Amino acid sequence: MKLYCLSGHPTLPCNVLKFKSTTIMLDCGLDTTSVLQFLPLPLVHSPRLSKLPGWVSKDGTINLEKELKECAGRVFVDSQPEFCLPEKELLDLSTIDVILISNYHCMMALPYITEHTGFTGTVYATEPTLQIGRLLMEELVNFMERVPKAQSATCWKYKEIQRLLPGPLKDAVEVSTWKRCYSMQDVNSALSKVQLVGYSQKVELFGAVQVTPLSSGYSLGSSNWIIQSHYEKVSYVSGSSLLTTHPQPMDQSSLKNSDVLILTGLTQMPTANPDGMLGDFCSNLAMTIRAGGNVLVPCYSSGVIYDLLECLYQFIENANLGSTPFYFISPVANSSLEFSQIFAEWLCHNKQSKVYLPEPPFPHAELIQTNKLKHYPSIHGDFSSEFRQPCVVFTGHPSLRFGDVVHFMELWGKSSLNTIIFTEPDFSYLDALAPYQPLAMKCVYCPIDTRLNFHQVSKLLKEVQPLHVVCPEQYTQPPPAQSHRSDLMLELQPPPMPYRRCSVLGLPFRRRWERIQLLPEVGPVATHLSDISILLSLVHHSALQWGKKVFSQPPIVQVLPLKKMRGLATLGDLVNDLQRAGTKVTKPTISNTLRRQGLKSCSARRVTLLKPVHVQARLKFAREHLDDPEEDWENVIWSDETKI
Amino acid sequence: MARVPKVLLRGLLGLAVTPGAVTLDVLEGAGQDVGRSCILVSIGGKNIMLDCGMHMGFNDDRRFPDFSYITQQGRLTEFLDCVIISHFHLDHCGALPYMSEMVGYDGPIYMTHPTKAICPILLEDFRKITVDKKGETNFFTSQMIKDCMKKVVPLNLHQTVQVDDELEIKAYYAGHVLGAAMVQIKVGSESVVYTGDYNMTPDRHLGAAWIDKCRPDILISESTYATTIRDSKRCRERDFLKKVHETVERGGKVLIPVFALGRAQELCILLETFWERMNMKAPIYFSTGLTEKANHYYKLFITWTNQKIRKTFVQRNMFEFKHIKAFDRSYADNPGPMVVFATPGMLHAGQSLQIFKKWAGNEKNMIIMPGYCVQGTIGHKILNGQKKLEMENRQTLEVKLQVEYMSFSAHADAKGIMQLIRMAEPRNMLLVHGEAKKMEFLKDKIEQEFTINCFMPANGETTTVITNPSVPVDISLNLLKREMALGGPLPDPKKPRTMHGTLIMKDNSLRLVTPEQALKELGLNEHQLRFTCRVQLQDPHSDPDTLSRIYTHLKSVLKGYTIQHLPDGTVMVESIVIKVSSSAEEPNTKVLLLSWSYQDEDLGSFLSTLLKKGLPSGLSSM
Repeated sequence: MKLYCLSGHPTLPCNVLKFKSTTIMLDCGLDTTSVLQFLPLPLVHSPRLSKLPGWVSKDGTINLEKELKECAGRVFVDSQPEFCLPEKELLDLSTIDVILISNYHCMMALPYITEHTGFTGTVYATEPTLQIGRLLMEELVNFMERVPKAQSATCWKYKEIQRLLPGPLKDAVEVSTWKRCYSMQDVNSALSKVQLVGYSQKVELFGAVQVTPLSSGYSLGSSNWIIQSHYEKVSYVSGSSLLTTHPQPMDQSSLKNSDVLILTGLTQMPTANPDGMLGDFCSNLAMTIRAGGNVLVPCYSSGVIYDLLECLYQFIENANLGSTPFYFISPVANSSLEFSQIFAEWLCHNKQSKVYLPEPPFPHAELIQTNKLKHYPSIHGDFSSEFRQPCVVFTGHPSLRFGDVVHFMELWGKSSLNTIIFTEPDFSYLDALAPYQPLAMKCVYCPIDTRLNFHQVSKLLKEVQPLHVVCPEQYTQPPPAQSHRSDLMLELQPPPMPYRRCSVLGLPFRRRWERIQLLPEVGPVATHLSDISILLSLVHHSALQWGKKVFSQPPIVQVLPLKKMRGLATLGDLVNDLQRAGTKVTKPTISNTLRRQGLKSCSARRVTLLKPVHVQARLKFAREHLDDPEEDWENVIWSDETKI
Repeated sequence: MARVPKVLLRGLLGLAVTPGAVTLDVLEGAGQDVGRSCILVSIGGKNIMLDCGMHMGFNDDRRFPDFSYITQQGRLTEFLDCVIISHFHLDHCGALPYMSEMVGYDGPIYMTHPTKAICPILLEDFRKITVDKKGETNFFTSQMIKDCMKKVVPLNLHQTVQVDDELEIKAYYAGHVLGAAMVQIKVGSESVVYTGDYNMTPDRHLGAAWIDKCRPDILISESTYATTIRDSKRCRERDFLKKVHETVERGGKVLIPVFALGRAQELCILLETFWERMNMKAPIYFSTGLTEKANHYYKLFITWTNQKIRKTFVQRNMFEFKHIKAFDRSYADNPGPMVVFATPGMLHAGQSLQIFKKWAGNEKNMIIMPGYCVQGTIGHKILNGQKKLEMENRQTLEVKLQVEYMSFSAHADAKGIMQLIRMAEPRNMLLVHGEAKKMEFLKDKIEQEFTINCFMPANGETTTVITNPSVPVDISLNLLKREMALGGPLPDPKKPRTMHGTLIMKDNSLRLVTPEQALKELGLNEHQLRFTCRVQLQDPHSDPDTLSRIYTHLKSVLKGYTIQHLPDGTVMVESIVIKVSSSAEEPNTKVLLLSWSYQDEDLGSFLSTLLKKGLPSGLSSM
């Protein structure tokens, strides 16, 4: 049993588990922090960005002025933004049997894995994960494709050149694996390989392994996974939350008794309390609006935004903001809002009971109905004519490198009345803002990350008691910026097994038993201890280590009593066998047929007749052994005697 | 009281090595009768009630199943492990509050989310009609419906719900109506699938039923349309549209009595698209009340509808109708053509009856009955061609308008039932909820085509089905690996192979281990069992020569075996030892000594028979 770690990002994992001859990929997260090294893609021509000076090394020996631009004291790559892919060289991706997706943020690399790699397996995900994951991918592709950039910068990636580059560019890792965004065609093809599953559904893989998604409480349809055989159990925990937000609460008890628990996706903001952040968010928003400024909220088009809107729904009445327009701008804004209302089964109890009334589970339906919240596919079209200030705009992408948010940064960045409020924890806000400096606009950082914190996770682990824990190495030491906070790390006994990108871990398992099914014919041999011959019926056999991928049934071993193996079946046996094969015959018919074939019944002679030689030989034997001690006789059995 | 069909599945589990049995008792209605469903299943010691329906045709005690079949007195809780409701139609859930609150049951009741949402509304609606309008007593109250719904545990599709340690249930999509589900019930290796009502062809708003190849011991299927292979849905739809269109064209009014949920939505979608395509102007009304709410349910549970609606719902929600408007009582007197959907569906009370009274006298008008009508209702009377109806106050009403009947109910037909059997591959089949004669025909067909047993219990009858539970055994990995090493890398699935192991039954578990391990574990000494055999042979050669002649002979006969001629004067075939000796008196009579262990019995007895035949002449002694 081995674990191959293809991504080092703790919240965007991509691991491959080899378990009982099945190869299971756990999530395929796409590390998008790489886009911070690139220049923003403006929707409208930006004179500022187009006039940036190119970069030439100080001594003038390296001239990359076409590829690299200097902006606000930093160097950025002038090309279509690229993403850091999971490692592809560590193992052959075409050998992967299944991919298990835990939530829609952790599936963004899917097209890179399933397309053009020879992948022929199946992807398992819940319905909300698939639908919202599709929206996020669509949005990403749309953001990239509507601002086409012909240039693709490659020279700066050469090791010898990258070494000499300034600032963060020099320290960027794995740049050779960075790739441009996939196309819509790849997305569709990748998502066509998804098979939908429900929480607690037991999915059999080749009769060898059973996988089950469990509610993880983090987002709509988010799941943890149990991978188990009859004797081994691996739990995969990825992005779980114990806070009461919109999704169904986390299922903790099913994680009990695991041999190995793979722990990823803890909160990226261990010191920020989500409730407090939500409060900060509202008060800053109100303050800016009252002062006549605009509020910009860069965010993903699904997830925390539902909670933000719900919070605002209650807040705006009290804060007297009823007349302020709220805009949600994304190519998938409408779909995201609509989809959130139809997944009642995946929501928390409170929201579920609303559907029974019947009312939409999320209050943003009412915000839309009363025209307080309006959604647009982009800043072009209707929005430009309908938009009023001061206002609040929710739009993507949170990296500030592409999407409609770039336009609002250019538009509002110069005024100190306006505020940008960061709520997504995935990007460092300083890095995100770097290409827009100097900024007059106010910046507020309220990262809302509802995933488990270290306190919650140690309590959880105490409860579910896994034998071993595997986690990203980042969790085994305090964060670099807060090296004195020993409470911000995992302390366990035995210590967790850390992994990093490209690690291959051997998981500590000792498999000793396998489950098979005996057919009821074993009846006659059910004595206390009996030596039996077993006919391994490989017709039903599937995955006892050697063969695999043919049948979904557990292996079946047919046990037949010895006599049958010798061809000494009784008439009754034959009648039964034939009946099972679909032919009905009686015992007399069989014996008649056999007689016609020349087979007759007779009783065998029990002992051979003795000749004088035998009598002599026995006498001789008896005389020789007359004085043998009793114990010796215990180990002797004669074949030609009726009784011992 | 009506009897309830019961299905007892009585299986022997655990270490039982004899084949088990599953029994089913069909309480009322689900037997050979259409009207009300309630089935009891006993499987592996668990008792499950499937559906708890009510008969719409009776007004007395007979409308509820006879629960005294389960217990004469007291509550049902201790006799039932769970209750499962397949969908919200009253003939499948109408007796639920009666069962849980009046007879008494506190255990879990499972149903899907849409069913949980809609079922209490229909129950309340029905209660109002029976108690408030007809003034009946001895009926469940509003509070009882609420209390009953508190016992409901929602069920998601494909989710495996562990009712207790042994009993698990899983729901599959069934089509039929919003939220309809089929359920698989499993205890150990025995399982039963109950279909409820289902539909194997997608319609305008719902998808087709689907189940995986779960090979249940019994498949319990409804058989409402057991003998019908229905004409294509398109034909019926075209027919319907044609009739509506003609009536509207000649200025007549069309009344369609419906129940608020189910077919109503399908017909609305149908008319809506038709109106749009033909650019029709005549108004379509939907009687208010339940219906607006109903459409809302459809919008919120859009994941339960068919793929086309799900795919396009963001752009255009099929349940937001442009041409269909809310009805007001005063509209009925408006001049000119119109189409009105009104509740209830059988014309026994309410708005549909009021409108009918107003329009019945005009032959230009038309009434279309899209579903089944129970005896005694006005709907049933006019469908039977009655032209004069007696109303209250001794008035008579002449029926001049055209009466049409069109079946749009979504049940599987014979073809669909066969298709489901092919999907699930059950070992036994049980037909319920249908008419005896039709079921008989289908039963024969199923037994012929699939060679499986097919049962059709009558109400109150118990069916016992023998199951064949397999016995789970733990096999030691050592043993498997050893067998693997012997057998080469990949097994041939067509060639069975024998393996040798010891079965230990201890502490409620069965384990298959290597004989050595078993001996060790049980503290037993290993005994060697050897067979020895003497064969006399006439061979005029010296002993060593005879031996090498035997060696040559065996070499030529036994290809593919290891045969060794050892320097100590023996020949070894695999592990079988052959020695030659002769007495001084008769040097030509050789005595061959063969010895083999029990494990090589086959080869040993073969060799002794072979050597008894003597050596062929002309063998060189090398």
